[in-house]
Amino acid sequence: MTDLCEGGMDDLWSITTLLLQVWFSVMIGLIMIPAMFGLSLGVTSVYIQILVKILEVTAGRLIQREGGSMEQEMGELRRYRTQSISRGEFALSDSFYFYRKGLESIVDDQVTQRFSSEELVSWNLLTRTNHNFHYISLRLTIIWGLGVIIRYCVLFPLRITLAIIGISWLVIGTTLVGFLPNRRVKNWLSELVHLMCYRICARGLSATIQYHNKNNKPQKGGICVANHTSPIDIVILANDGCYAMVGQSHSGLMGVIQRSMVRSCPHVWFERSEMRDRHAVTSRLRAHVAAKRNLPILIFPEGTCINNTSVMMFKKGSFEIGGTIYPVAIKYDPRFGDAFWNSAKYNMVSYLLRMMTSWAIVVNVWYLPPMTRQEGEDATKFANRVKSAIAHQGGLLDMAWDGSLKRDKVKEEFKEHQQKMYSSMVVGTKARNSQEPHTESTKS
Amino acid sequence: MGSRASTLLREEEIEEIKKETGFSHSQITRLYSRFTSLDKGENGTLSREDFQRIPELAINPLGDRIINAFFPEGEDQVNFRGFMRTLAHFRPIEDNEKNKDPTASEPLNSRSNKLLFAFRLYDLDRDDKISRDELLQVLRMMVGVNISDEQLGSIADRTIQEADQNGDNSISFNEFIKVLEKVDVEQKMSIRFLH
Repeated sequence: MTDLCEGGMDDLWSITTLLLQVWFSVMIGLIMIPAMFGLSLGVTSVYIQILVKILEVTAGRLIQREGGSMEQEMGELRRYRTQSISRGEFALSDSFYFYRKGLESIVDDQVTQRFSSEELVSWNLLTRTNHNFHYISLRLTIIWGLGVIIRYCVLFPLRITLAIIGISWLVIGTTLVGFLPNRRVKNWLSELVHLMCYRICARGLSATIQYHNKNNKPQKGGICVANHTSPIDIVILANDGCYAMVGQSHSGLMGVIQRSMVRSCPHVWFERSEMRDRHAVTSRLRAHVAAKRNLPILIFPEGTCINNTSVMMFKKGSFEIGGTIYPVAIKYDPRFGDAFWNSAKYNMVSYLLRMMTSWAIVVNVWYLPPMTRQEGEDATKFANRVKSAIAHQGGLLDMAWDGSLKRDKVKEEFKEHQQKMYSSMVVGTKARNSQEPHTESTKS
Repeated sequence: MGSRASTLLREEEIEEIKKETGFSHSQITRLYSRFTSLDKGENGTLSREDFQRIPELAINPLGDRIINAFFPEGEDQVNFRGFMRTLAHFRPIEDNEKNKDPTASEPLNSRSNKLLFAFRLYDLDRDDKISRDELLQVLRMMVGVNISDEQLGSIADRTIQEADQNGDNSISFNEFIKVLEKVDVEQKMSIRFLH
């Protein structure tokens, strides 16, 4: 009997080693190597597409938003009248267009729906977002159960392994590069090492990143500012370019990473005591920016993580350094996972665990055209200008501490735009006042 | 996370709302979830501010009128029943409903109820007539500052002239229906709810 058991154990052991071997070769072959060279096998995008299909099937949208443009809809509404829309004039049914749009937005509006994972109209099968749907149906519960198994038993180990490999490679690679004396080769290698590691880390989160307007990418000697949602922002941005990081020097694992990164190219790490002296901070950053060959520095002017629905006030310190500012807007898709780091609720480790057990991270990054401070503009005004640009591009609410003043102003503009569009339909494209006498004279 | 449990909808309420408005069970629960997410004060009712917080509604030129339609005379809180009753006007008219029991009261989303809803958005003082002033108010809301008072006035005059049949210089509900009889109200004043 014991022989059988031992034989059984041996078999089990060999099966396990075989599985591990397969596991590692799959990982290295299919994920790491393409990641290091910036290639994509398209596995992640297929995965995302499947996810979207599943999420739509299980929960779907509440209403189907109809509709064409204002002109199209008005045209259809006015069809019963003998005058065409280009002649203008008002019809009692014109208001129906606005009523319907209004009611649609009450039921399901595009903006607030993206806000917090609590307000997801359709449940994305993560328990953490299920507040109002306690039990929906057996089918959904089964799918949810399968989802848990897949996320925790398949995706999570894979991602952890990738993350560990990524970070260790970062430390080892940058230390090795640090030994090189030559300027140019060293820079090139250090960029390569950094990129590879961030790409592996991004794979470790199943991150799908869509970069827009790459022609506006931050250049050397500039300052890159972005809205801040989570520590992952750094990985997201660094997947497409090399930046000099700015931050506080930590101890422990973070400290090891920071010190090795500095060996290969200059980053700006501050001691805690230095951080308090704003003047010292600004002058150090200024020195870094002035050396035109240095990588662009990456700053998050909000100073803290915001839940990716709005952009809070930008601290003006970053905008006093001078140089060219390259604004970047980052927007996460909340359907796949809530990327917001609520540092009051979760510490870094539990946050990362949550990230690694989400479905995926899908994020859009927009590079905005560079901005510089104009004549007579003070730092605060400049900061607000950059903030509005970022908020506008990312579809985020532009919040200011001075109450809802800013927000109302933006809304007034949108409302006025709609009113203007509608007026042109009332007045008619020939813009003729009906009180004018009919004359055969020329149309000027 | 469990604080919303006290405001969960009871089965009997869902049945009542179903009968009154014609929404399906899953639509009602989904709309209830939407209602609670709009209800920032968490007191089971919505105020005007709760509606105005919806950005798309705030930039709608007729947003205020629409918000008004949810609140019964003189009140400024609306509960879930009232919310659903107003939304019910925008349900599409399904074919099987047309053959329903003729003795039952008219469903909220019938053609004439939809038109009545639109009529009431013009007729602010609820005197069952759209006066020139009321028409001008709505017109002004829709065009903003882009058209002069005179031009707007003449547009309003012409509209009333076309619609008015009994010569009282205002539009009654029947006249309103008559003018719009060719408009596909069913489609234009309906929202396609899924499920």
